[in-house]
Amino acid sequence: MAEYRQAQPMLSVQNIHMFFGRISALSGVSIDVEAGGIHSIIGPNGAGKTVMLNCINGLYHPQQGAISFESRNISGLKPHVRAEQGIARTFQKLELFRGMTVLDNIRLGRHIHLKSGILGGVWYFGKTAEEEVKAREFIEEEIIDLLEIEHIRNKTVAMLPYGLQKRVELGRALALNPKLLLLDEPLAGLNLEEVEDMARFILDINEEERWQITCILVEHDMGVVMDISDRVSVLNFGCKIAEGTPQEIQSNPDVIKAYLGEEDMYATRR
Amino acid sequence: MPQGDKATNAHLDITEDLTLPKMLIAAARRFGDNKVALREKEYGVWRPITWKQYLDNVRYIALGLIDLGLKRGDKVAMIGDNRPEGLWAEMGTLCAGGVAVWLFQDCLLDEVAYIINHSDTRFLFGEGQEEADKALSIREKCPQLERIVWDDPKGMRTYDDPVLLSMKKLIEAGKELDRKDPGLFDRMVAEGRAKDVALLFYTSGTTALPKGVLLSHYNMMTMGADLMAVDPCDPADDFVSYLPFAWIGEQMMSISCGLRVGYTINFPEEPETNQENIREIAPHVMFAPPRMYEQMTRNVQVKHLDATWIKRTLFNLAMKIGYYAADLKFEKKSVPFYISITQWLAYITVFKKLRDHLGLVNIRNAYTGGAAMGPDHFRFFHAMGVNLKQIYGQTEIAGISVLHRNGDVKFDTVGTPIPNTEIKITEDGEIISRSPSVFLGYYKNPEATAKSLRDGWLYSGDKGFIDDDGHLVVFDRTADVMTLSDQSIFAPQYLETRLKFSPYIKDAWVIGHQKPYMTAAVCIDYAVVGKWADEKKLNYTSYHELSQKREVYDLVEKQIREANKGLKPAARIHKFVNMFKEFDADDEELTRTRKLRRAFVENRYRDIVQALYEDRDTVHMDTKITYEDGRTTHIKTDLHIQKIMLEEGR
Repeated sequence: MAEYRQAQPMLSVQNIHMFFGRISALSGVSIDVEAGGIHSIIGPNGAGKTVMLNCINGLYHPQQGAISFESRNISGLKPHVRAEQGIARTFQKLELFRGMTVLDNIRLGRHIHLKSGILGGVWYFGKTAEEEVKAREFIEEEIIDLLEIEHIRNKTVAMLPYGLQKRVELGRALALNPKLLLLDEPLAGLNLEEVEDMARFILDINEEERWQITCILVEHDMGVVMDISDRVSVLNFGCKIAEGTPQEIQSNPDVIKAYLGEEDMYATRR
Repeated sequence: MPQGDKATNAHLDITEDLTLPKMLIAAARRFGDNKVALREKEYGVWRPITWKQYLDNVRYIALGLIDLGLKRGDKVAMIGDNRPEGLWAEMGTLCAGGVAVWLFQDCLLDEVAYIINHSDTRFLFGEGQEEADKALSIREKCPQLERIVWDDPKGMRTYDDPVLLSMKKLIEAGKELDRKDPGLFDRMVAEGRAKDVALLFYTSGTTALPKGVLLSHYNMMTMGADLMAVDPCDPADDFVSYLPFAWIGEQMMSISCGLRVGYTINFPEEPETNQENIREIAPHVMFAPPRMYEQMTRNVQVKHLDATWIKRTLFNLAMKIGYYAADLKFEKKSVPFYISITQWLAYITVFKKLRDHLGLVNIRNAYTGGAAMGPDHFRFFHAMGVNLKQIYGQTEIAGISVLHRNGDVKFDTVGTPIPNTEIKITEDGEIISRSPSVFLGYYKNPEATAKSLRDGWLYSGDKGFIDDDGHLVVFDRTADVMTLSDQSIFAPQYLETRLKFSPYIKDAWVIGHQKPYMTAAVCIDYAVVGKWADEKKLNYTSYHELSQKREVYDLVEKQIREANKGLKPAARIHKFVNMFKEFDADDEELTRTRKLRRAFVENRYRDIVQALYEDRDTVHMDTKITYEDGRTTHIKTDLHIQKIMLEEGR
């Protein structure tokens, strides 16, 4: 994957501060995310991990600091503009349209790539039809097949078990065809088999030639984090206390003290 | 050849020269690109494959195998879900003069290793990553296994072991060889003879290690011809291939009958979408083991429990009419005019829709075989107007020897012999049969061959008799027949299938051989009982916990009382226990075709059996569960034993 590593990081978060009233959720955090890898952010509950993701995709605007994506400053941009530039995300608490089918949810994620207007849709010929067929092929061949959700494509989301809803959430994010994917606790609440599947999907979208999406992963399942990450950043009370390879993090005394402390941290699930 | 046989290859006489590959070429020559041979649902659309494309793929795979060094008579194994590539690999092997060995998709590693070794397999076709992993992890134990061919690239990007080969590359090598020697393929196929071994199939074996059954092209072709002589199919028919190719019944439909008739074989998208895809295709012919029909029945029953009052009432009324008409048909009485009218009303209001949901709207012949099917299920399907018929046979006779005829279905029999087949009962009640489809022998097992094959007769090991109408009645495996307390003989399967007619019961194991009374171990259906518990606001977290609820015991007792009705006192179930898990083939409790391995469970759960015949109301269990990847866990638990107060008298 060396050819994807450029001198410039894909995403650069510089010294951001995020306050809610007088509470500081992030204080002076800087993280550089290299293209092509899986960069995990770990930390105890309330450390500011989700706030960090919200800042990156534009739901929150930090009071200080700058965020640049592919060497462009995106600090002031709205979430949908960032999405168009190639940043997608999944949510810890699923944000799906529960009354719609799996396919419709995923299609929605695709809409920013559809350029034809209402009139084109009415007549449905030429460019519009071509575009629709392309979108359909993309969703079926790249997403449904990848995530193994053929059997539920026409099912209503609310009727599905939680583990499958999580997959749909990932599918909708992938429909954007992003360059950078923010994954907020994709493994939380899944059983062992579902965790293994999801970890495999994350590796697939990161490594498969077709995708090669850079991932930022917020996750509590240390076994998976240490297995699949290229780099790990550790947050504690809104500060970054360490960054390094999984091996470095596991032997970092500050991290052990702040977070890993109890010896059963690896026993989260396995 | 029967008059009006529209089968594509009906004109081919099954001579010493004819082989399955020659039938494929004949069909492909006749239809070329003008008819769809196979159809696969992929990426949400049905993708057609014409006969010419079918043959082309088979040709290049066959040549690719030759390029790898395959010699005539070499074994080639296949594993994976039903898909065109699997069929191509099998036909390619046959064209190259090889012998095809199919493995069940869910075989554990030890079973795979045993079969690969025992069969001397040199090449293995797997589907994708899962099969590649399986094959790679047994390679040390199987030194003669040379190459592993895969066709689904998903997840294979990091695999660089030189033993692995993609089907794409294999086909390219075949194309290259075809360019160099364009006549090679035809010469190879021409060399084949009817008596050559085509398949080496491992029987599931309710009693011992799997045995390798050798079947010739002749066996397979005569079987197809004899079945189609009874129930002809049309080249325009559709068939859905979703049951394991390792099951002889699937070979019967996809290869023997498929090549003879030339109907279209459809492959579902994923195993999870089977039911949906069957509905989309609405096949004309279907052959499945009883469990598939049991599942359909259960689906209907569960939907019925959920339906609105008006729908339930209409369904009940329609079923009443259906059952009445079906019973008249079973008794071979004519259906009166006014019943026909109400039947038609029941059809347009209920059955049409119901059959559509089950994918049975076009069905002309639905066959069941491989295990016993209860009379309740039989009546259920006939009440809906589905022509469900029993097939009886063994892998050793290419799958079929006896079959129900249209208008002559008796649900306690398996029908009458198909053409060119003789059935006899020996003095001690064993069913023996003779036909052109009787196998060549067991591979590397002359003792077993000598036991099963005597003077051209196949000794089945099944007990049975022939009734007054000339129908064969199969009692059970000899080893499975019970002696009750009143010294009468009893087939436990009869009672088990009755229990399984309840939607709440997934599996049942009836115990009582030479015991003072009958007992049962019941596996509840997790989904159905779980839903029932939700409605009753019962809390549970696992199968085990749910199965041990007092309310669930009472629910199961009600089902058993229902099944006990009409049985003589000695055959009624007195006590039962709810199992803490479902029976599973991975735990060797069932065969891969989901038949109960009685001797095995009796040994494994001897504590339960013992407790059922003591004055106790709990039994302690300590047992091991095996997952498909070979991992195991221990389960320790107490199971409740419930007594059923039986009314005295009859």
